[in-house]
Order: sequence, then C-alpha cells, then structure tokens
Amino acid sequence: MTDPLSRTGATVGEPVATTSAPPTAFLEVRDLRVHFPTDDGLVKSVDGLSFQLEKGKTLGIVGESGSGKSVTSLGILGLHTTGQYGRQKARISGEIWLDGEELLSADPDRVRKLRGREMAMIFQDPLSALHPYFTIGKQIVEAYRVHHDVDKKTARKRAIEMLDRVGIPQPDKRVDSYPHEFSGGMRQRAMIAMALVNNPELLIADEPTTALDVTVQAQILDLIRDLQKEFGSAVIIITHDLGVVAELADDILVMYGGRCVERGSAEKVFYEPRHPYTWGLLGSMPRIDKEQTDRLIPVEGAPPSLINIPSGCAFNPRCPYADVPKGGITRTERPELREVAGGHFSACHMSPEDRQRIWTEQIAPKL
Amino acid sequence: MTIPEQAGAAETSADPAPGESLLKVTGLIKHFPITKGLLKRQVGAVKAVDGLDFDVRSGETLGVVGESGCGKSTMGRLITRLLEPSGGKVEFEGRDITHLGTGAMRPMRRDVQMIFQDPYSSLNPRHTVGAIVSAPFKLQGVRPEGGVKKEVQRLLEVVGLNPEHYNRYPHEFSGGQRQRIGIARALALKPKLVVADEPVSALDVSIQAQVVNLLDDLQAELGLTYVIIAHDLSVIRHVSDRIAVMYLGKIVELTDRKSLYETPMHPYTKALLSAVPVPDPRRKKERERILLQGDVPSPISPPAGCRFHTRCWKATEVCKTKEPPLLALRTGHQVACHHPENASDIRLPSGSADQAPGA
Repeated sequence: MTDPLSRTGATVGEPVATTSAPPTAFLEVRDLRVHFPTDDGLVKSVDGLSFQLEKGKTLGIVGESGSGKSVTSLGILGLHTTGQYGRQKARISGEIWLDGEELLSADPDRVRKLRGREMAMIFQDPLSALHPYFTIGKQIVEAYRVHHDVDKKTARKRAIEMLDRVGIPQPDKRVDSYPHEFSGGMRQRAMIAMALVNNPELLIADEPTTALDVTVQAQILDLIRDLQKEFGSAVIIITHDLGVVAELADDILVMYGGRCVERGSAEKVFYEPRHPYTWGLLGSMPRIDKEQTDRLIPVEGAPPSLINIPSGCAFNPRCPYADVPKGGITRTERPELREVAGGHFSACHMSPEDRQRIWTEQIAPKL
Repeated sequence: MTIPEQAGAAETSADPAPGESLLKVTGLIKHFPITKGLLKRQVGAVKAVDGLDFDVRSGETLGVVGESGCGKSTMGRLITRLLEPSGGKVEFEGRDITHLGTGAMRPMRRDVQMIFQDPYSSLNPRHTVGAIVSAPFKLQGVRPEGGVKKEVQRLLEVVGLNPEHYNRYPHEFSGGQRQRIGIARALALKPKLVVADEPVSALDVSIQAQVVNLLDDLQAELGLTYVIIAHDLSVIRHVSDRIAVMYLGKIVELTDRKSLYETPMHPYTKALLSAVPVPDPRRKKERERILLQGDVPSPISPPAGCRFHTRCWKATEVCKTKEPPLLALRTGHQVACHHPENASDIRLPSGSADQAPGA
C-alpha cells in the first residue's frame, strides 16, 4: 500500500498537477491532499479539499477529531512538507494560492518568508505553543525581527504595543513575564499578539478557545473579531464547536473523513443544511438557547479510519438515509461536491429535492 | 477544623422515595494545605471548596457547573469520599459518612459510584474489559446471579457494547466506547447515586450525544440519581433537573433548570450564560453579552465579602465586606447575592442591599 519512494523522501507524492490560472480570491485551495505514509498504510488526512477565502472574511472549518481540519491548516502554512532532519513526512498535492502566489510549488525559503508575515497561526494550547524558557516579550520580539530589520528597542516597543492591543494589563511590565506567570486566557492573548505582530493578511486559528473557560472564551472571540475588523485580514477558524463558528464565521466548511461534505454561508449551513452529516452535527448538539426535553439525535457509529475510508461516500456507514433511492448510483461511487444553491455546495448522492424534503419534514422540526 | 460527631450509624435500609433527599451536604469544606520548607510548615491553604450546602434528591439529576478552579471536581470527590473533607457534613440516606474510614465506607461504595472524565486514564490498560467491569464484584464480594461473566456481558450490552468484546483491552476501543466501559463499571453494583465528573467533555459532538442519551436511558430504566459535573452549560441544560452554579468554592445559585436558564438571578450566572456562543448565526446580533473583566481570583486568598465582587458590574460597598448567604429568594431558587438580577419583585432580607435593582 505504501509507496516505497515516499520513504526515501524523494517524492512529494502524486505529481503536482499542471498549475492552472491564478485565482482571483485572496486565498484559494484547490484539491488539497495531505497523505501520511505509515506502517499501517496510507493515512489520507485530507483528500481533495477546495475552498476560497476573501480578505476581511472569516471561514469556519468544522468537523470532529480526525476529520482533517488541523492538517489542512498546517498544510496551508507549509508545515508538513519537511519533517525532522529534512525527511519528507507528508505527501501533499494540490494548489494553495495566497494573494496570487502558489505555495506548494514555491521555494521553501519563500514560504518561510511568508509564514509569520503574511500568514500566521494561533494554536489551541498556548502553554505548549509558547516557549517556557523565554519571556513573552522576547518571543514576540523575535517573531517581529525575523521579518523586520529593526533594532531590539523598536521591536520591544512594538511588542508592548501589541500586548496592549490584545488587552494585557500593564504591558510594559508583563512583557518581561514568562508564560507560566500568565493565566490561560492571558497566554492565549499573548499568542494572538505574537501571531498579529507582523499584521498578517491571513490568520489561522486552530481551536483558539477550546482550552479556555467560557467567560474567557467570550473575551478571546471578541478580540479576534475586533482585530479582524481593524486589520482586515482573512481568518480561518477551525473548531468542533458550532457555537463558535456561528459567532464568528461568514462561511462554513464542514469536513468529514478528510473531505468537505458541505460548504456555504453560515446562514445556509445552519438554516438550510443539505448534508446528512451536518444534520447529525446539529441534532447531536445540546442547546443552551432552548428548553429541550427530547433526546438528542446522535450520529450513530464512529468516524471512519483514515487508512480505510469507505470507497464511496465516507459517511455512508453512519448515514441514516443510506437506503434512500439515489437513481442507480452505487454505494462505491464517491459523491462530488455539487452546488445546491448559489455558493452553497454539498456532497451527497440524494437528490436535492429529497434532501430538502427530509430537512424540512424530518430534521428541522426536531431541532 | 471540627469533627462532627459520628451520628448514630443506624442502617436506613429503606430506599428514599423519589424526590426525597438521598444525599445531604452541609457546610462542606475542603482546604488543601500549602506547606513550605523542611518541616512542611503550613503557610496557607487552597480553599477549593469553602462551605457548600445542598441536597441531592432521589431520582433527580443535579448538574454542577462552573469554570475551572471553582471546586466542582473537588466537590464530586468529597461526596464520593475519595477525599477527606476538612469540615462540614455529608449524609447519605440519613447516615453521616463524612469521616468514615476505608473499611466502613466499603459497603457504601456499592451505592455511590463515579464516572470519570478521561476515558483513557480511568481504565487500566493492562486489564481486559471483562476484568475492568467485573472488578466491583470482586472488591465487594458479590456473586451476581448466573455468574460474573454473564453479568458483565449483560452490562456491556446495556451500555451498547458488543458482549463478545469481553476479552479485549481498552486500547482497542474508541473514546466513546471507553466511556461506555466506564459507565458499565459504575453500574455493575446497581448504585443509587452516580457522580459523573465531566462525563462527555472528552468526546466529539456526535459521540457526546450518544453518551448523553445513554445516561438518560439508564436513569429512566434503573431509577438512578445523578450528580453531573461539567463546564459545558449546554450539556448541563440538557441533562439536569436542578443546577448548582459554583464560583471559587461556593455555590452562588441553585435552582431548577428552567429558572436558571430563563431567569438567572446571580450576576455571575447571567454573565456565564451570556458568554456561551449560541449555534444560531441570526441571533448573535440581538444577544446582549456581558463580558467579565479579568480572571478568576486565586482560591488561596479569595476576595473578602462576595467572592465575585472583583469582577461584578453591580458590586457596591456591601459586597466587599459582607458575604451574601445562599438564600431561597423564590421557592426553590437559592441565590447568594446582594443585588440579584430578575428580582424586582423581591424584597431582600434587611442587612443586604438597600434596594434590589430591576432586571
């Protein structure tokens, strides 16, 4: 199953398709595939993902653990290409266009220049993402000086300014604190300051509030929203929490088994979802805003193994509507992402009419 | 520290009727000492739980919610007597169990069981599922009807696992399945009270819903009483009959689900509820969100007076000096606040605030 070449690190997996015309969108991902060869087989973490994102907009990527959300974000930042000692760890193919520049075929040095400056990332766990040995200030200063030719004093001033901007009290004093002296919320703020110190055009936040308490989460979500307005950057927010995406995202992409099953505006995905997995997510979520006495409607079964993704629709084994007639389409055929309405895509073999009927008659009344 | 007298250990064998108090907690305190130096001199204490009064009624689900460090997990470990209380009293079925020794607790353990948060660390990786689920029988010397193996397989079936997986090891199961194993173990001895500490927070949404439904079904079938500790206010709303909100080692509000979510009276509860992101994009604009400033103070030296006054937008002088008691301001709605919300119709007891501001 494993391609012997991948072990030697001589290849980047499947040959990169002939680069097509540069896109108009600020960020465009085309048919991204990230596969990891392992002793057990090829793990297809991301298997053909495409989306666009404009500046000033927020895309929410939703999915359960193992659906490929984080691998996608690391892929965009070019953090998969080289492993330790320069070994090729992942096989990546597809295209990632950032501001008219293709990143996957670009020189690693060029990507390194863009990373941190044009695109930055906020990680889930600030305690492991910040270096425990250096002060917060030193880490922000370093992030700034890598990309700006300034002396330490100017950079330090900039670091204090950023800490102030993200709402850390007494920034001129706290700049010399170590990460362990900060609370969880403050560390997350410090990491946001570090990510934004170079005014990146693209900000990827991977579960930025999962480790935080709800009152602190509200502070951080507000901060991300305000900063986006101020800097006009494009934001990708990756989360398993539908509440967080409803709060921040303009567009939503639902991932399952390494593929996109539904993509559209937040409005469409929440109020007219057209994929049984999205229905499942909405149904299994306990609601804070409604008195609910009925049982939750869980998705039965467990997510697929990424080594052995079902050959047809990855959701088929768990889909309650697998038996709905689909006009002769067999189970082994993979559903393509098709437009169901303007800008709203979904990958399901059921006819749009069937899905609309099931949603309005069976699912929506129960939510 | 006072040691309450061991109340007459009269066996109250009759089960309490639904609605009657199964577990009663009065003035429960747990301080963890902070020691320093060679002689382990005590220099302070983490006041994890600092005076709790509540009861758990037979057949109900009591939800306990609060942010990290509020003492909710310590509370769970105190009422199951996995920790020794520093003060106060825990009564189970009318019997004082506050300071029972290991041996004296053993028969009680049959009735009080616990489900843990992390399905990875709460199952011994070197034991088979069969060994894990049958351990309670061995420890208690119980011989179930039809033999241990048959009973374990029945339990596995009850929680939705394949009984043939009796000989498998925990690593062969997914997170949700492991949590089911933990639930089967907790149910083995037909307990009366199950304390679940964050039972679903480690699970994915779709799996979380499966386990929440399972807990629901088991309660209906077996007449269980639950204390469910969680930080997720949506999960708590779904599973609980009554809810206690904790802040820095104290209960600030204790009431039924409907009142808590529709007319919260403590400002902290109100802020907490407003902070939860609602999965409804159309409603995000109309929502008023209360942003609390700063972080939770340290439980080593909690603020004097009302513990929430440092972050409360309604705090006045009285809040800084006088600690508000947990009072029933409405029937079944206990609140510890000098200036409660949604309380325009209520006259506060004298000595509290001079007027109760409207909602």
